[in-house]
Amino acid sequence: MSLFQLEHASCERDAELLFRAVDIDLGEGEWLLLEGANGIGKSTLLRALVGLYPLNARSMNFAGVDVLGDRGPLLAHTRWLGHALAIKRELSVIENLRYALGIAGRVIESDPHALCALVGLTGYEDSPVRTLSAGQKKRVALLPLIASSAKLWLLDEPFANLDTRGITLVHRLLQTHLTRGGSAVIASHGDAQLAAPSHRLTLVSP
Amino acid sequence: MSDFSATSSLLFRDLTLAWHRRSDVLQPLAFAVLVVLLFAITLGGDRARLSAMAAPIIWVTVLLANFLSFDQFFREDAADGTLDQWLSSAVHMSALCFGKALAHWLVYGLSLLLATPVLAMLLSLDVSLLPVLLVSIAMGTFGATQIGLVASALTARLRRGGILLALIVLPLFLPLLIFGSGAVDAVQAGLSARSALLLLAAQTTLLTTLAPLAAAASLRIGSDQPP
Repeated sequence: MSLFQLEHASCERDAELLFRAVDIDLGEGEWLLLEGANGIGKSTLLRALVGLYPLNARSMNFAGVDVLGDRGPLLAHTRWLGHALAIKRELSVIENLRYALGIAGRVIESDPHALCALVGLTGYEDSPVRTLSAGQKKRVALLPLIASSAKLWLLDEPFANLDTRGITLVHRLLQTHLTRGGSAVIASHGDAQLAAPSHRLTLVSP
Repeated sequence: MSDFSATSSLLFRDLTLAWHRRSDVLQPLAFAVLVVLLFAITLGGDRARLSAMAAPIIWVTVLLANFLSFDQFFREDAADGTLDQWLSSAVHMSALCFGKALAHWLVYGLSLLLATPVLAMLLSLDVSLLPVLLVSIAMGTFGATQIGLVASALTARLRRGGILLALIVLPLFLPLLIFGSGAVDAVQAGLSARSALLLLAAQTTLLTTLAPLAAAASLRIGSDQPP
């Protein structure tokens, strides 16, 4: 069944089209790899999908509901992760997770310690984030993703700052998410591909 | 219901963060005490003159100190991507803005309110005026925080928004200042402070109702500029 459909979508910057209009049709358990040169608008497209940037599109549907005008039904089941990690240096790993989900109106559905173990942060649960390395901070930012029940993941360069084990980790989390019937759009340069995407979309300039 | 739990979650987060940054919280407070001390020293030995001018001086100082804290409102959340996470969640941004203002007042407004008796003592304000001063400062800082909420939302993503923030906020403080220090003046002149306090309460209520909506709209408009 089709979970997310986007038809003839494009974004503008300073009255100029960033990329040629694109179509996305994503089913449950499928993921799309978003490729393209630097500055072509991969991040902008992801931001536009969650309503952080103006989007021109013919139609956009989530689980059969039109979400082009009102993003509400989409946002309730989507988790977007951008370049900025949205974590607070002073708070501990678990506090960061709790507030990230709490402020998004969600509750942690599984044991936070088990989640930390899942992303390889065992032993750091109560450490302030400022004491962690860049790669570990990235893992902290991944926590709200797997702790929430979001159906659709929109990930912007999730492999940045991660070592080989971290990249394998993201792929493992993604596989678990997909087998549960989730979907994902991942923007990446394609240097860290381990599993084959269900769809590939390359943005090209108009 | 999820809006309510999200707002209280934000409230707890901001209070926790403020606790971790206690020294930052004390800065506006230290500023207020220093400014009042400068006035006390400059106006010098004439206690009668000092106590006659005490209420307006305290009011202006408290509002300026409150203004200094507005920089903390959204700048960091905008820079580290937290703000974008809020905007891309299903929670109503205006509910979060209300929580943000409430947390800000509980940290900065309340601490300034608690410091007010000390400021009053430094300027030898008549003790009988202290209750009306405290009531007016309590309402005034709450209203001022709402003004700061909107202005900070407008300037959150600007690299150097400090001066612009001052230009937006300071003129809007004027009505609060007039009725706030007017209430104390009335009691000082032997009249009732009732009408001035009621007008101050009306302003604060209006600001508290409208500011979260305006702030939410401002943050959304600015969201096409990534951090």
